[in-house]
Amino acid sequence: MLTPSDLGALLLTFKVASIATLLMLLLGTPLAWWLARTRSAWKGIINAVVALPLVLPPTVLGFYLLVLMGPAGAVGKITTWLGLGTLPFTFAGLVIASVLYSLPFVVQPLQASFAAIGEQPLEAAATLRASPLDTFFSVVVPLAKPGFMTAAILGFAHTVGEFGVVLMVGGNIPDKTRVVSVQIYNHVEALEYSEAHWLAGCLLLFSFSVLLVLYTVLKTHPVAHPLK
Amino acid sequence: MTTIQARFQLDYGDFKLDVDLKLPGTGITVLFGHSGSGKTTLLRCIAGLQRAPQGKLEINGRVWQDSERGLFLPTHKRPLGYVFQEANLFSHLTVWDNLHYGLKRIKQNPGTVKLEHAVELLGIGHLMERMPERLSGGERQRVAIARALALNPEILLMDEPLASLDFKRKQEILPFLSRLHQQLDIPVLYVTHSQQEVAQLADTLVILEDGRALASGPLSETQSRLDVPLAQDREAATVWQATIAEHEADYHLTRVAFAGGSLSLPAVDAKIGTPLRVQIYARDVSIALEAPTATSILNVLPATITGIADGRDGQSVVQAQVGNQALLAHITRKSALMLGLQIGMAVYVQIKGTSILN
Repeated sequence: MLTPSDLGALLLTFKVASIATLLMLLLGTPLAWWLARTRSAWKGIINAVVALPLVLPPTVLGFYLLVLMGPAGAVGKITTWLGLGTLPFTFAGLVIASVLYSLPFVVQPLQASFAAIGEQPLEAAATLRASPLDTFFSVVVPLAKPGFMTAAILGFAHTVGEFGVVLMVGGNIPDKTRVVSVQIYNHVEALEYSEAHWLAGCLLLFSFSVLLVLYTVLKTHPVAHPLK
Repeated sequence: MTTIQARFQLDYGDFKLDVDLKLPGTGITVLFGHSGSGKTTLLRCIAGLQRAPQGKLEINGRVWQDSERGLFLPTHKRPLGYVFQEANLFSHLTVWDNLHYGLKRIKQNPGTVKLEHAVELLGIGHLMERMPERLSGGERQRVAIARALALNPEILLMDEPLASLDFKRKQEILPFLSRLHQQLDIPVLYVTHSQQEVAQLADTLVILEDGRALASGPLSETQSRLDVPLAQDREAATVWQATIAEHEADYHLTRVAFAGGSLSLPAVDAKIGTPLRVQIYARDVSIALEAPTATSILNVLPATITGIADGRDGQSVVQAQVGNQALLAHITRKSALMLGLQIGMAVYVQIKGTSILN
């Protein structure tokens, strides 16, 4: 059965993933919109930076974040100056690391669905007196709804599954930074295989359900044909 | 009378647009040209969907763009209606919501009178609950036209609204456009490459080629210009606006009056005074020096020759004035020489056939 500390880890994991997903949607939407439409020379560089966590070992990303957010790092100095202390081994630090780690899983589906909408509905809205911002909320968001759902699900699920980054910047502090993946690692280290089984089973079921939703409900064609 | 003044210059390297047009503030002005002639770019510049670096646009005395003053009104602030080649309906909204999308966003709400009128005119009342994907191509385009008209725009811009439709759908929509023509009190700029649509709809014709306006003016005047390739075309024709003057039931004929004369046509089922368009193909017109006394051709009219040019394949293109109307005739070069045709000569034109357009 799940122990109280397992439940604590599960709760914490979902808390981190929920907050991170919200932040990723807030950050990722304008970023994906810009990437989908810009002809700037910066597009390639920004695309590459956003996609980096897809190929980078999580420990590498975690290591740099640890250094940056630490007392001697640039971010660490700023947060200390602001009176916030340093971020590693805190809940906030964990959320920030999660956002950076899972951002491509949010930006890429959004970018693809924005690109698929094309210019035409935007031009139609403009000739019907809608300002660009109005057009975004009344035309782009509804047309990109499957993209938003895919982005939210993938971003959330990927954050739940992170391990390497957490270990580097979050450590293993109960109810603060000890998420499920770390808890499973702890169980295995202590040769508590049956406890590990319960938690691992939970994550397996969760991950499978997420993918099932993506492939059946959203049909893996996250972008509907925007024009008829 | 209100007018439209549009001057645009833009340079995309392989394509340049350089036009300076003054267009009437009423009726349908057709921007005619082949693909790549710049007609759609011109329309998009007028809508503000594209921004010409050099340009001045004035509509109804209001300046929409003046590059010298750095003034450019964004599209959503221009009181226009725009109909795209593809209907471009919002696929996430029903027909009703599509029709109300613009209405919700204008400050001086014209009420729903304009919309109701447009819905009735275009016959789409039964489609309100449908999603766009469940409409035929013709229905979609009719909804798009109504959506643009609902806003009570000061000008209606239409970019090849029939081009993506098959022949049957085109025939389905053209009557609506003709009705629109009679009932609408705002200027319409209509882009097309179809001579049929020019003949059926245009009051004013602008011919574009390689980003320049070759000719611009009232329809029959522009159609009959000898310096425009259209006059050489095998399908060259002039369209006269006429009204029904008299029915000759015994002969199954109708007489129609035009500015400066009249024509006999096969019986038209419409009231006296009804306006209609008569198209006369240049290949159906022949020329005689004296009034023929014995001929089966009913429409023999006195005319004055106003221009002669070489046509293709041994033909001459003759431009003549009949009453106040311009007319084109395609005759053989040999005939033109034998008759000794010259500008200013008084002749008779014999019109072998006509077609009624609406």
